[in-house]
Amino acid sequence: MSPSPLNLAPGTTPRLELRNARKNFGAVRALENGTLTLWPGEVHALLGENGAGKSTLVKILAGVHQPDGGELRVDGQPRQFARPSDAIDAGIAVIYQEPTLFPELSIAENIYMGRQPLDRFGRIRAETMQHAVQEMLASLGVNLQATQSVRGLSIADQQVVEIAKALSLNANVLIMDEPTAALSRPEVERLFAIAERLRAANVAILFITHRLEEVFRLAQRITIMRDGAAVHFAETHEMTHDSIVSRMVGRDLASYYPKAEVEPGEIALAVRRLTRRGVFKDISFTVRRGEIVALAGLVGAGRSEVARAIFGVDPVDSGDVQIKGKSLLLGDPAAAVRAGLALVPEDRRQQGLALDMSIAHNAALTVLKRLVHWGLISNQSERNLAQDWGRKLKLKAHSMDVPASTLSGGNQQKVVLGKWLATHPDVLIIDEPTRGIDVGAKAEVYQTLTELVKNGMAVLMISSELPEVLGMADRILVMNEGRLTADIPRAQADEARIMAAALGQSDPHSRSAA
Amino acid sequence: MKATHALPLARSAQRKTSAGDAAAMRWFIFLGRHRETTLVAVLLALIVATSLASPHFLNIQNARDVLLNVAIIAMLTAGMTVVMLMRHIDLSISSTVGLTAYSIGALFVAHPQMPIAVAVLAGVAMGAVAGSINGALVTFGRVPSLVATLSTLYIFRGIDYAWVHGGQINATSLPAAFQMIASGSVLGVPYLVVLALVVLAVTGYYLKHFRGGREFYAIGSNPEAANLAGIQVDRRVFKGFVISGALAGLAGVLWLARFGTVDASTAKGIELQVVAAAVVGSVAITGGIGNVWGATLGALLLGVINLSLVVLKVSPFWQLAIQGALIVLAIATDTLLARAIARWTMKKRDHGDD
Repeated sequence: MSPSPLNLAPGTTPRLELRNARKNFGAVRALENGTLTLWPGEVHALLGENGAGKSTLVKILAGVHQPDGGELRVDGQPRQFARPSDAIDAGIAVIYQEPTLFPELSIAENIYMGRQPLDRFGRIRAETMQHAVQEMLASLGVNLQATQSVRGLSIADQQVVEIAKALSLNANVLIMDEPTAALSRPEVERLFAIAERLRAANVAILFITHRLEEVFRLAQRITIMRDGAAVHFAETHEMTHDSIVSRMVGRDLASYYPKAEVEPGEIALAVRRLTRRGVFKDISFTVRRGEIVALAGLVGAGRSEVARAIFGVDPVDSGDVQIKGKSLLLGDPAAAVRAGLALVPEDRRQQGLALDMSIAHNAALTVLKRLVHWGLISNQSERNLAQDWGRKLKLKAHSMDVPASTLSGGNQQKVVLGKWLATHPDVLIIDEPTRGIDVGAKAEVYQTLTELVKNGMAVLMISSELPEVLGMADRILVMNEGRLTADIPRAQADEARIMAAALGQSDPHSRSAA
Repeated sequence: MKATHALPLARSAQRKTSAGDAAAMRWFIFLGRHRETTLVAVLLALIVATSLASPHFLNIQNARDVLLNVAIIAMLTAGMTVVMLMRHIDLSISSTVGLTAYSIGALFVAHPQMPIAVAVLAGVAMGAVAGSINGALVTFGRVPSLVATLSTLYIFRGIDYAWVHGGQINATSLPAAFQMIASGSVLGVPYLVVLALVVLAVTGYYLKHFRGGREFYAIGSNPEAANLAGIQVDRRVFKGFVISGALAGLAGVLWLARFGTVDASTAKGIELQVVAAAVVGSVAITGGIGNVWGATLGALLLGVINLSLVVLKVSPFWQLAIQGALIVLAIATDTLLARAIARWTMKKRDHGDD
């Protein structure tokens, strides 16, 4: 089946082969046909929407889950992993999306946990261990101490610790599950350099990401998954951005940004000279009904802070906000909701959802008052409300009673969106609407936003994704270091102009901000 | 396309902390790393203050009493430390102590010639069985340890009551040699205390220097990561509860040797004293942090506070409240200190100071 690998001597066996792996969780079919071949010395990208079965496949390779069927071979030998230590012994190291470290313990202990070097009395040789780790950290070019505790390390440094762990295992298969999601560009470069070095040393690397440009840079071959099955396999150079995305979604992406022409109506949100000392200054803009206004800029420019101040979560020093012509009492989120404002926050896990609560409970949180009968909240009306919004937003869930934590990122985002739409807002502020969600769910979120403005809502969309900004916004506001530096109409917007404004260069074409 | 992530915003100029600030912080860090130092300081201050306030405080008899009482509690605290490191708790230990103490007493009544070593081993074995019941409930039964050990707290005690029926074992039924464990001494230190010190040292050494010991920390620090690191979490948790139970069994034997008289309500309620001692000794209830040395100091500090309140003739009605307040004080200080350190490390990271 698999095409001849790149630059391999004839007779080379694949490092890892998974065929027709299946895995059910109760009635849920998480993986139907997990098939993957990894050759030594290749970077192999595993692509697919969230919920396509990538994580399940990875966890089977890591020995966390035991497949219900299928075949696994390591270096040609059939293997079965009963537990994670079996996979580790087989030379498979996994770097998960969220670092899996022990915050209270030292870097050295984190790396060698479970397989510390021992002396003849069975005692841990702490110095040997620290020495080895210190050398490893030095070879990775990072300035960390083997004895310092992991608590307080940045995500990037934690990932370096994970990589060091993989290196110390002498792993010949390295699996990286969205390692770049939380990294800045230089950190990504550092990671890629390490990956390239390992590949050159004949390690097989499986790389999962949502950033396709990384795939084209790093991967030789691609496996695409959809709905629990491997649906496409190819060499990277045979594929294009669009052909990958359409295989992932299983349909054509002509309507990826379903931007509709809407005649802007009256001014729904007017912000005047809003200032919070040291954070942002003199922010003035308006959003009309039927308009999507994007707020672009670098991370840290103060965009989310402006949104939080408008909504009343953060304090302001001066300035005012009007909703539909009426002044809003600042610093009081409840007043903001009454005035018709809704805020979908950036970090849905921390700020948007009560993860352990059911979908129904989450969806009803904003409108509990409306659901009260005789002083009690009716579960049925909560469920009805959630179902109603679930249908409109194409929420994929077994029941409205399962905890929100069991949903994929895209579906969680839909619950948060539904929760706020249930308040029937006039103005929706949405912060990074598609962060960490897959292509299909993104398209659905865009579709929803388009519907909302058609029905007369005003949308302020904070986004760091330039394609999204260019694809969806009627007008683009750009912030730099706490100030508004540009207000660009859709027709005149391009990447270069937005980036220039985000970097604080003056924009001669821009109208001075309202 | 993702260039927006590329450039970190360097808005604020790098700010250097002043030298005085740094010195203060070094102190914080030192105290954070060696939290036991603060405990020793508090302990010494308490001893000095009480002995200045009352001439009846510092004497051999008091020291002996405190050591004998604390030795048993400290052993239980070591077991509790193992369990708490894994983010679990074992409330059943007081019932295990009571049940073993009575059982071994009954054994002596039936077989007065039983060798002491056999008695000690039988107690440890009984405790281990009790611990393995807890361990099985928590690992195979997936019962949260708070609930599981609360149930066995009642079950073990209930068995004790049903069996003993208001009877009691008296010191006269015990061999003199057995009672020597508490009354005899070497160089003025009671055997019981020496034995406890050995047990504490072994437990502490094991936790620090052996793979199994470190795995308790790993499990409490991040159970999911422990599993992914290839640790057999259930097996290790089970062993942790067996250790706690075995130490409770040993404590039961020693309790019998020390007090001679035991009945069905022996050692009732001491589980909370033990949890308090561990917490005061900087063993985190959230797992992953703590050691036997700190826990022992915690037990010692509570024991000395107890005696001080008696010597200072504080009304017994107030003693409990004062103990409680001191525990809160100890924990609040600890938390605030930990937060100050966290803030400082964050700041250091963000500004790149060093």
